[in-house]
Order: sequence, then C-alpha cells, then structure tokens
Amino acid sequence: MSGYLSIRNLTVRLKGGATILRDVSLNVGAGQVHGLVGESGAGKSMIGKAVLGTLPRALEVVSGQIVLDGTDLQTLPPKERRRRIGASAALIPQDPLTALNPSKRIGPQITRRLVDILGWPKVAAEARALELLEEVHIPDPVRVMRSYPHELSGGMRQRILIASAFAAEPKLIIADEPTTALDVTVQKQILRLISEMQARHDTALLFVTHDLGVVSKVCDTLSVLYAGKVVEEANMHRFFMRPIHPYSAALLAATPTYTNPTGSLTPVPQAVIDGVEREVAEHDMRAAP
Amino acid sequence: MRDARGEVKRPIGLRLWLSGGWLALLVLAALCAPLIAPHDPLMQDLFLGRMPPFWMDGAEPGFWLGTDSLGRDVLSRILYGARLALIVALVAGSLTCLVGATLGLIAGYYRGWPDRIISRFVDIWMAFPPVLFAILLIAVLGPGLMSIIIAIVVIDWTRFARVIRAEAMTQGAMDYVASAQVAGRTRFGTMLTEILPNVLPTIVALLTLEMGIAVIVEAILSFVNLSISTDSPTWGGMIAEGRTSVHQAWWVLVFPLITLFLTVLSFSQLGEGLKDRFDPVLR
Amino acid sequence: MMYEVRDLRLSFPDMAHKPLIGAAPRLEVLKGVSFDVHKGAVLGIVGGSGSGKSTLGRAMLRLLEPTGGTISFDGTDITHMGEDQLRGMRKRFQMIFQDPMSSLNPRRRVGGIIAGPLRLQGLDGLPGRVDEALDMVGLPRGFAQRYPHELSGGQRQRVGIARAIALRPDFILADEIVSGLDVSSQAQVLNLLGELVRDLGLTLAFISHDLSVIRRLCNRVLVLHHGEVVEEGATAALFDAPQAAYTRELLGAIPLPDPHQPWG
Repeated sequence: MSGYLSIRNLTVRLKGGATILRDVSLNVGAGQVHGLVGESGAGKSMIGKAVLGTLPRALEVVSGQIVLDGTDLQTLPPKERRRRIGASAALIPQDPLTALNPSKRIGPQITRRLVDILGWPKVAAEARALELLEEVHIPDPVRVMRSYPHELSGGMRQRILIASAFAAEPKLIIADEPTTALDVTVQKQILRLISEMQARHDTALLFVTHDLGVVSKVCDTLSVLYAGKVVEEANMHRFFMRPIHPYSAALLAATPTYTNPTGSLTPVPQAVIDGVEREVAEHDMRAAP
Repeated sequence: MRDARGEVKRPIGLRLWLSGGWLALLVLAALCAPLIAPHDPLMQDLFLGRMPPFWMDGAEPGFWLGTDSLGRDVLSRILYGARLALIVALVAGSLTCLVGATLGLIAGYYRGWPDRIISRFVDIWMAFPPVLFAILLIAVLGPGLMSIIIAIVVIDWTRFARVIRAEAMTQGAMDYVASAQVAGRTRFGTMLTEILPNVLPTIVALLTLEMGIAVIVEAILSFVNLSISTDSPTWGGMIAEGRTSVHQAWWVLVFPLITLFLTVLSFSQLGEGLKDRFDPVLR
Repeated sequence: MMYEVRDLRLSFPDMAHKPLIGAAPRLEVLKGVSFDVHKGAVLGIVGGSGSGKSTLGRAMLRLLEPTGGTISFDGTDITHMGEDQLRGMRKRFQMIFQDPMSSLNPRRRVGGIIAGPLRLQGLDGLPGRVDEALDMVGLPRGFAQRYPHELSGGQRQRVGIARAIALRPDFILADEIVSGLDVSSQAQVLNLLGELVRDLGLTLAFISHDLSVIRRLCNRVLVLHHGEVVEEGATAALFDAPQAAYTRELLGAIPLPDPHQPWG
C-alpha cells in the first residue's frame, strides 16, 4: 500500500545510543488525514522531523525509507532533498510563540517562503498572503500583516502559522501538536480551521497529538505509538469501537469524558505497560545484529 | 511510560585541561618566580643585549628565551610579570564581579525603584568612553597597583550589572520563586536561595572572562606607561619595549605577547568549561 | 467557611500604553468577583486564557494584592495584610503550580525542595516529613536525592504536590497542574489529588481550562469570563443544565473521543 507519504521500516537512533524509532511504517494517502498518537516521549514528533529533515544532530536514521510522492527522500542528495521538501511539505508547529520571529512583522514571515522557495515576485506574494489570512478568518488582514507577533493572541498566531503552512500549496502538511498550547475553545476553532483548509486544498495531513479526543474529530486513520514502535494502526471508526491492542484500550480508558464522571480515570495499568515493554524488547532482540 | 530521551554524559573536555593547565602553570610561576627564574629580571648587562632564544645561533646559554636590548632575561621577566598579571586578574576581576553582580541581582530581582535607580546609573555610566575614563582616573589617582584595580572595577562593573540583571529578571518570573514566597520566605531570602544559585553559572563565566579582560587592560596601561611606576617587569611594558626593537630582536615582543594571549584565552575557556561542568542541569 | 471573596477587583498598570508623563492606564483583570469556599469543598475554577483565573488564584494566596473588594481566609481579612503578618499564616494555604519545569528550582534536589517550606515555617523532623510527603504522593523515597531534570513531567508535578502537602495546609490551590501532562500522568495526578483531599481533609481549589478534568474532581464549579463570574454552582447541576452561554460554549468545545458524535 502506498500513499502520498509512505514511511517504511524507519529506524532512528541516538548516535551510539538508545533507539528512538523502531521500524516505523505508516501511510498517508493524498488528501487523507492520518493521526499519530502516543504519550510524551513516544517519538511522535521525531517522525515528523525525520520526514522534514529536521532531526536533531544527535540522532541518525539507521534504516528505512521515507517515500514522498514516489521518491525515497533518503536517496536524494541533501540540496535536492531540501528543495523537494520545501516545495511539497510544510509544518504547523506546536508553539505559535516560538515559531514566529519576534523581531519581524507578520507579512514578511509569510511571504518569505513564497519568495525564497518558489521564487514569486514580492507583489504577488503579498497578495497571496492577504488571501491566506482571509482564508483563515483573520479580521483586518492588512493591519495584521504589518503587526509583530507579540501584538497578537495565541489563537491568531496559530492561524497565521496555518496560513503560512498552506501558502506554497504543499501536498503534505505535518501538524505537530498544533493545539496543545491553546485554550479549549480556541482549540476547537483552530482544529475546525485545519480540517477546513485541508479539505479545500486537498492536502495530505499527518496529525501528531496525545489527545485521543482531538484525533477522533480530525483524522481518518491513526497509528498508536509506544517507545517509538507502532503498536496499532486503524481507521477511526474501528479504533474507537474496538481498540485491538491493550495499550490503545488503556489510553482510551485514561481519557476523561465528562459524560461519565463516576468512572474513575485509570492511568495505563502496569500490566499493560509491562506487556508493551516486552513487545519492544522482543523487537530489539530481533533487530540486533 | 518509558521515555526514550537519553542523557548525554560529558567527559572532562580537553578545553578544561588545557586552560586549567596553563593557568596552573602561571600561578606556579607567579608564586615561585624567585626560585624558578634563571636570572634577576632587573639585572642589566649591556654586553648580553639582544641575545636570541636558545635554539638560534649566537644564543647565550642560560638565557632560554633570549634577552632584551638592556641585556635582561626575557624568560625571567615573563615569569615575574605573571605576578602582576595574576594579582590584577584575581583582585580586579573579583571586585568587579562583586560590585556588578550584586547591583545587577538587586535590580533584576526587586525591580521597582531599586531597579530604576540602578539601571539609570548603569546607562549614564556606560556613556563614558572606557579607555579615556581609565586614563583620566589614573591621571587623577596616580599610577600604581591600586589605581589599576580601581580603574578596572570602575569601568567594567556595568558589564556584570547588565547581564546579571537580565538573568535575575528571568529567574524572578519562575514559579519556584513564587513558590518560595508562598512558603513564607522573605524576599531577601528568596534572592539568596532561589535566584543566586541559578544565576551563578553565568556569574562564573563572566568572572573568568573579566579576569582575562583585566589582564589585557593592565597590559594596555603598561603599554602606555600608565601602569605601576617601578621598573618591575610587566607584560605590557615588555611589549612596548619590544616594539621598538622588533626587527633586530623579535623575541622581546613575541614571547610576552604569546603569553598574554594564552592567558586571556585560558581564562575565558576556563569559565566556559567550569560553567558546564558544575551545573547539575546538563544541557 | 474557608474563603469569603466579596467584589474582588484587581488591575495592573498597562505599561504598554503608558504616556510619557502621568500614570499608566489600568488593565482590569478581575472585575468584582464574589464567591464562597466551604471547608472541605473541591472547587473548580474554569475559564479561558484572559479570564483572570490564575490571577484570582494568586490573589487568594496573596501573591498579589487586590485593588478592591475583600478576601477573608477562615474569618480573617487578608486583603491588605502586610507580608510579615501573612508569613505567619502562610502554612495554612499553599499552591501547586502549572509548569513542572519552572516550579521546581532546577539546582536543588527534590528533598531540599520539599523541605524548604518546612524549614521556613520552623517545623522539625525534616527528613521524616520529607519521606512521608514522598510516600503520600507515591514516589520512592530515593527520589529525594534527584534533581528535577532527572524526573518525568508527571513525577515533577507530584513533587510539587508533595511540597504543598508537607506543611499540612488547610487549603491548596492547584493552578492548571495537569495541563502539560499526557493522559496517563494526568489520570495519576488527578486520582492522587482526590485521595489526598479525602485523607488529609483538604479544601481544594482547582484551576483549569479543561471542563472534563473538573467534572472528575470537583464538587462545585466557578466559571470565569473576562474577569467576571458568569456561573457558579454544584458540578452535576452545571454540567446537566448550564445556565450561561459561555458555560455552554466551554462544554461544547471539548472533543470527546467519539468519531461519530459531531462537534456541535
């Protein structure tokens, strides 16, 4: 099976140290939304970084393929790889505060991608930026273009980052916990916006989050990650009705649902953790040379 | 659940060995100069003027790095010169740190009117051109070791104040400071137990940097003859003298220059190395 | 009555719009908030960012001084009490902070962090009390030797809880303490808090923007919006029949893990 983004047997390690990603495989079809779920430290963000080529220098890809639109990115020379990624993929980052340059106005930060990567003339880029700001429902886009990041609210900044991501009409967007830093009401608006934009531009979306509630509203399919290993992959409906892997079931049980207040919140039981740790250990033994 | 983020262990770097080593050597030299120096640094012998270092032709045995135009042994003079350099570095560096860091800490943590007063003071002070200020100060105080130290402290404390103030402000906004207040600690107590330990790494790095700067300032001052008034050897003074005979006897200029350079470099690298080493928060 | 808050107002000078001469205009964060907290209650304080909930919490602990209205703790008016007098009372009301990264001094060991307040309030038998606190939050005693960065987010949060309960306060304010945690750690911390409230007879105020967490833990809820109370009442009643429009908006914003239920 292959999609617009196809990751096959990706293994990433700390140079000379622990394994971060274990034989990860997943597919995101063109125009599909795939969720990547797991607790903090499971390695979800690292998958996105591996695709975009922004892994920290202490990590290295040991084996596996990252196939974007039919080409394995690993086989490309670095410059060509950066060009491909820049032209066809984009990131919606987690923290809108640090993702924007505080000393530059908003306008140039959006147009920079168009002008530098795609070689657009400045005037056309600015017109497009305004268009995008309207698409993400920012009131008074002209004024916002001239503003600095600190003059805007967190929700507005996230909208700008979303607009910025869609600017070059990428075929793939990686959203790395885009609403974790936001209020619950703002989160709803932003997630709606992301879904809207994704549908309109028919973009493939890899959505990283630790919140199962969010996943159920936004994604078509999902992968559950534990310690860098995919423990379950499913489509939405089947997953929430009948999660197969005990770890997935435990995660679901730990998510508070306000309609059931008397049920106690169960953290993932030790037995389940032991079970999945055993799986990981077995995988490591098989993988060791 | 298991966290895949590992810890990276840091070995004692080459940097720490080299810089610490050089400085240790220097301290030894300064303390034991009378015992180690092959000759009296002040003894002139015009017949032995401008002798080259030991590996060159025409070298006079016993004068390892050669002699200057008055026949004085370069090596011995460098060893004795280390004394002045180190005293200035340690005393001036520490005093500058004390004054600047204290004011910076108070300004950054207490904010309000102490901050306003201190910051304004720093701004006005920094408006004076430092070199001119130093020369003026020494002209008023008269040459001598105390004057140099005072001049350095008076000029450089603002560097500490600015940086430490910024750090103290950042630390002051942390929740563990609020937590100390909730627990009932006085503001002064909080500054000592919560803020100071977190600002200490920066203070250490700046302190060693400052020591290096103090050595340079002293060298500059003795270069322009504003340093101590005796003919006790100073590296800056040697460089000044060496400049005039650089074509006939390059070693008179080069060796004190190299020593100066290595010393200043070692100070700054020591600071960086120590800061990382003793901070429990591994970066 | 643990707390009586009447018409509480708090404003800050808006330094961004300060004219050259004269005072800066005031930014009103709390605009007349009134409510009671009974002994033994678990009150949830809910609101979006900018609602003033954190400011309210800090005012209740007198980390900030109100600009209007009154706050009474256990019958004593603490609204404008001086820091020296307050210090004597401080061990009765404690706080657990949101960010486990910034609420623990990175250069002190866990044992020292927990013992700090104990020492300040002049209590003795420190090592025993530290061990006891660690036991109560379910952390191994050996953790007292560790530094904060050697613990996970959930463990750090539990150290924050240990620090607060070590003093055996009457009242604890928990400011968004599970917001940065993943689901499993969140569940652990919430269960722990529930147990501690029961075992130690605490009165708890729990600030959060997440209603689903509030429902699980609290028996009363206070909803704040732009510095004003828009609704207050028993948890079950509020969830079943929310009166205020903003409350309904908050409830509707929660993504329930159910792909079939559309997001109203």
